[in-house]
Amino acid sequence: MRVLDRQLPLLETAAAWLLAVLWIAPLAYAFWAAFHSAAMATHFDLFGTLTLDNFRKAWTYAPFPRHFLNTIILVTMVLAAQLVLCTLAGFAFARFDFAGRNVAFGLVLVQLMVMPEVLIVENYLTMAKLGFVDTILGIGLPYMASAFGIFLMRQTFKTIPRELEDAARVEGCSMMGVLWRVYVPLARPTYLAYALVSVSYHWNNFLWPLIITNSINTRPLTVGLAIFGAPESGVDWAVISAGTLMAVSPLLVAFLLFQRQFMQSFMQAGIK
Amino acid sequence: MRNVYGWLLLTPAAILLIGFTHYPAVATLIDSFFSTGTVVRPSRFVGLANYALLADDPIFWQVLRNNLAFAAGTIPTSIALALLMAIWVNDKLPARALVRMSYFTPTILPMVAVANLWLFFYTPQIGLIDKVAAVFGMPSHNWLGDPSTVMACLAVMTVWKEAGFFMIFYLAALQSLSPELEEAAKIEGASRWYYFRRVTFPLLMPTTLFVLVNATINSFKLVDHLFILTKGGPDNASNLLLYYIYQVAFSFFETSYASTLTVVLLALLAAMAIVQFQLIEKRVHYR
Repeated sequence: MRVLDRQLPLLETAAAWLLAVLWIAPLAYAFWAAFHSAAMATHFDLFGTLTLDNFRKAWTYAPFPRHFLNTIILVTMVLAAQLVLCTLAGFAFARFDFAGRNVAFGLVLVQLMVMPEVLIVENYLTMAKLGFVDTILGIGLPYMASAFGIFLMRQTFKTIPRELEDAARVEGCSMMGVLWRVYVPLARPTYLAYALVSVSYHWNNFLWPLIITNSINTRPLTVGLAIFGAPESGVDWAVISAGTLMAVSPLLVAFLLFQRQFMQSFMQAGIK
Repeated sequence: MRNVYGWLLLTPAAILLIGFTHYPAVATLIDSFFSTGTVVRPSRFVGLANYALLADDPIFWQVLRNNLAFAAGTIPTSIALALLMAIWVNDKLPARALVRMSYFTPTILPMVAVANLWLFFYTPQIGLIDKVAAVFGMPSHNWLGDPSTVMACLAVMTVWKEAGFFMIFYLAALQSLSPELEEAAKIEGASRWYYFRRVTFPLLMPTTLFVLVNATINSFKLVDHLFILTKGGPDNASNLLLYYIYQVAFSFFETSYASTLTVVLLALLAAMAIVQFQLIEKRVHYR
């Protein structure tokens, strides 16, 4: 963090504000439209009568409660599996000098470039063979072993001093005991950062869930939203705005509350 | 013992990685040399026939051109805006946290939601853009239905969505620059623009290259908005490679041809991986 802050010149301050207003405008407009009747959406009046009708309609037009439930199950399941798998694999790469380690690590990193959404055709065929088409497990499975997560855990575990491990071993801790009592607690900030990125990613993910699901019982929010918002559905714009806001609100509220943490986590995810 | 333990810990992740990354990547390549099997005609080896089909497919060349045009249109704009945003919020200005939040907010929205919101702006006549245009006496225009404007519309929306994300990388890089540099420049009487051009921008080069590679990868990966806004139309004017793969595989059921297209996409991603890897090597030398 810098100690000395420079004051931005006045003209640039004005430009920065203008851009900020412009940047938030689409969302602000959707927000405004969601609370006003459809007729008003096309006749902009900042202080028109407020209504919650659009939210009520959106909630009943599309099976939103079910989509919410599906997304929550999906996000929780993927995160839980990722935390376990990436911890174990990251620990192996950080602390065990096993034969073929470097080759194996290289093969793990391949997934950073070849993400599951690129391999939709073959992964669909695999899921069909396994009988996982149209299941929430089928949506989550390709993402559970995350190269980014493994890489992140490996880097974190490598920074933990070996002396701590040795001390625990002297006290009679088993290998898994060391992982659970020494490494995992010390990596807590990394887990938090990873969880934020993973939850945001899977809350927003669309292409693969669209392909692998075909019923209300499995479709997550994004897929439900796409069907609901498609022009063919004939739903009016105020209701679509309301539905869209409902779908994004949990993440949006979390972001507003924990801005700094979100930005730092997203950055870590980008840099890798 | 270490061997056994290491592999044992790795096994669960390895099974999933092989099953959903390595196996499908190899299977894609193999499938591209076979015909699509049907009930009456099982799949058989056809050599390079799928690739010959690809070379003669005008839609393939069009989606590739679209992808390049899309990348060329969105990437420099997003990067320039991201840099500008980062420089602004790195300095002191009233309501800085609010400004930074406004820039970053589109990043956390799903692309599908973004498309839903922007669809209304682009709708002819009742859409926001046409409403504003009407005030100035301009005629209504079908922004997404016209092949000459559709890509620009999608590009504007994508820049809006991505600039804030790239901003945070520049912001981190700016904060790691030493304040002495700036003091020295001030003593020498350098103007703000001169300082940016000769000091800040060159020092941010590794960040720019990094963002550039990531933005390029994103431009090949992100097609969610097409499902809502255009479905690749009109007449494939806004179609992109990954969306075309989806269409070929899941609307036309030409699995083998979809695999052939996927091989092209994988090759492009591999090429970018090599570029990125070399950049990382270079960056080590800088430090």
